[in-house]
Amino acid sequence: MIAPATHTVSLDQAPAAPGLARLVAAAEVGSPPPPEEEIPLYAPRRQIYPQSVHGTFRRIKTAVLVVSLGIYYLLPFVRWDRGPNAPSQAALLDLPNHRFYLFFIEIWPQEVYYFTGLLILAAIGLFLMNAIAGRVWCGYLCPQTVWTDLFFAIERLVEGDRREHMQRDRQKWTVETYARKAVKHFLWLMVAWWTGGAWVLYFADAPTLVKQLATGQAPFVAYAWIGILTFTTYTLAGHMREQVCLYMCPWPRIQAALTDEYALNVTYRYDRGEPRCSAKKAEQLRVQGQPAGDCVDCLQCVHVCPTGVDIRGGADLGCIQCGLCIDACDNVMSKLGRATGLIAFDTDINIKRRLEGQQPFFKLLRMRTALYAFIIAVAGGVMLYTLATRDSEGISVIHDRNPMFVRLSDGALRNGYTIRIVNKRLKRREFILGFDGVPASLIDFVGLPPRDDGQMLIDVGPDQTREVRILVTDYGAPPPTSTRVVFRITDVATGEQSDARDHFFGP
Amino acid sequence: MAQDLNQQEHKEIDAVTGTSTTGHEWDGIRELNTPLPRWWLWTFYLCIVWAVGYWVVYPAWPLLTNSTQGITGWHARSAIVADIDELKLLRGPMMDKLTSASLQEIAGDQQLLEFARALGKPAFADNCAPCHGAGGGGGKGYPDLNDDDWLWGGKLADIENTIRHGARGGDDDGHQGRMPAFGRDGLLKANEISAVADYVRSLSGLATEPGVDLALGKKTFADNCTLCHGPEGKGNREVGAPNLTDKLWFYGSDKKIIMEGLQNGRGGVMPAWGGRLSEPTIKALTVYVHSLGGGEK
Repeated sequence: MIAPATHTVSLDQAPAAPGLARLVAAAEVGSPPPPEEEIPLYAPRRQIYPQSVHGTFRRIKTAVLVVSLGIYYLLPFVRWDRGPNAPSQAALLDLPNHRFYLFFIEIWPQEVYYFTGLLILAAIGLFLMNAIAGRVWCGYLCPQTVWTDLFFAIERLVEGDRREHMQRDRQKWTVETYARKAVKHFLWLMVAWWTGGAWVLYFADAPTLVKQLATGQAPFVAYAWIGILTFTTYTLAGHMREQVCLYMCPWPRIQAALTDEYALNVTYRYDRGEPRCSAKKAEQLRVQGQPAGDCVDCLQCVHVCPTGVDIRGGADLGCIQCGLCIDACDNVMSKLGRATGLIAFDTDINIKRRLEGQQPFFKLLRMRTALYAFIIAVAGGVMLYTLATRDSEGISVIHDRNPMFVRLSDGALRNGYTIRIVNKRLKRREFILGFDGVPASLIDFVGLPPRDDGQMLIDVGPDQTREVRILVTDYGAPPPTSTRVVFRITDVATGEQSDARDHFFGP
Repeated sequence: MAQDLNQQEHKEIDAVTGTSTTGHEWDGIRELNTPLPRWWLWTFYLCIVWAVGYWVVYPAWPLLTNSTQGITGWHARSAIVADIDELKLLRGPMMDKLTSASLQEIAGDQQLLEFARALGKPAFADNCAPCHGAGGGGGKGYPDLNDDDWLWGGKLADIENTIRHGARGGDDDGHQGRMPAFGRDGLLKANEISAVADYVRSLSGLATEPGVDLALGKKTFADNCTLCHGPEGKGNREVGAPNLTDKLWFYGSDKKIIMEGLQNGRGGVMPAWGGRLSEPTIKALTVYVHSLGGGEK
């Protein structure tokens, strides 16, 4: 057994390796130890049979699973009426037309900075979660966790809970064993296939694509992506499971560097639990006035753990902070008539304080939590502000590169520009182009006839851009080498304006 | 439990981490044994096998004159040809429209005009830019296609004609007129060349040096130049004679440059593109050049 002394190693001193080493060592239970001189450089996989458990954290985990997977699988079918000129799917990544739709928000490719903002929010949000309660992301929200949890549920449904499943695996496999495994893998593949199917629905009109997929009319790329995601889901959630967290995911490593001593972690309160002994023995010891811990060493916390961690060994790289061991332990403690919370979200500091007879101490408001919250508020605020106040039209100008200017036969100077007008509204709009900077100037629109009343209007289709080549001719006194000019578009109907700066060049 | 196991298997246990060591030691520093998962090793082998698959599927190993072709027969060149064919198919309807439409129809149809300009731009860059510049800005002896001064006419039909048949480029239907070498061929004397150069400069209002004989220049011009450049020096597009009264100078407005032209003549060559470019390309180029800014109605 691990000596209690290990527990006094505080979080920031605890090296990351022992957790893995323990797992690896535990993996070899039951297999004959290798010869003395041979040192294994590759660790065999240890099959984990997590036991089902009931309790608060299990309920939270199930709720998160149902809500998040519900959103994932069903969101593509949610309709959102945008009128005749845009798709009516609430969440749609329209790659061929370069648009992203999310309910009332429409993002153009040049507005990709909103995604940058989302990435910042996601990263800092993850850091904030970590500063408050460790790797709760890993335990509840990470897709790997959610799908693995779902696959565990299917496994238990078909192959039975931990004990039954282990027993059947250990015995000589019968037809029933094979049949159960076949059913399990079939169900897994169905879920994986559905996962891939839902994925592609985000990239095209969902009802149409479903019809196409069912009748074999869908584009090849849709089938290919369903295949890829079926494979990854089945492999990662069905087979790789905790190996993803232990060996593939960078977050446990980064998290270990980002955490501090006040962050809540799933903690075995060894101040209360040690020394471990059976309930009967504890009674005897207590009668004799000797110390007896509350931990009865029932290993329930280990059996329910989806990554096979023994949380009583202290902070662990493999621990995803799902809290299922808390539920398991609480159930046992309740049955024994002891106080729950032998394992709880707590800190090592509090354990030490309790050992010294002090009150536990929770410090939610710290520099890092305040700073993370501040960054989230600023980034989110900036995004919301720009999203709410962004123009529904825009203009950009490119001056001709060659020639920089043209002299006409009467001596006038002319500059050529290519302007692009953006109309983000879902209806056709007409714009007047204004020009400021060179007083005695005239604008020609190449290939664009004036309206019947002689007014020069540029109409831009709904949710489209339009490129127009214009020629600005200066009939005034010779201008300087470079004059600042401003192009301004005005929506004829609403009066909304947008402008762009450029230069008028001369010799 | 873990420590017990470690001690049982390997004698050397690191005191701080409780992990077994590999037994390697360098100056007292020992290596912890934190083994990779075995599936990682198998994934690595699988990647190698996967890589071998590429040799089978795609062209891979160089041979003496060729390379292994791969069982799929895929090749970068044929892939590009397929892509281009796909693009041609995509452009097909607009291309057909462009081919059958007249130049006036193209210029009058905004959608077709945009298509033609988009098609003309790269064609211009491929074929015309070496002389006329990337944006048709021209240079000394190479006309600027953006301005409103045209040697051979700036209407759509004129531009198409010039592109198709060129100027002095060996095409019998092309423009043939040239500026004679008045000096070299002994048609004018040196003082007459100097005087007519001054006179030509004065036509567009450029200052002349004091004491020059504008009268001699005027007389010489009337005797020798009006046939092509017209009595007022306004030029003649039939023979490609530039307008001498405007502010634009094909070769330059310096007296020296004008005298150079009078002495040796002028006659730059524009190749005939008729047989070299496809019909839609010529149309697209015509519309593109016309829309650069100088096109005449």
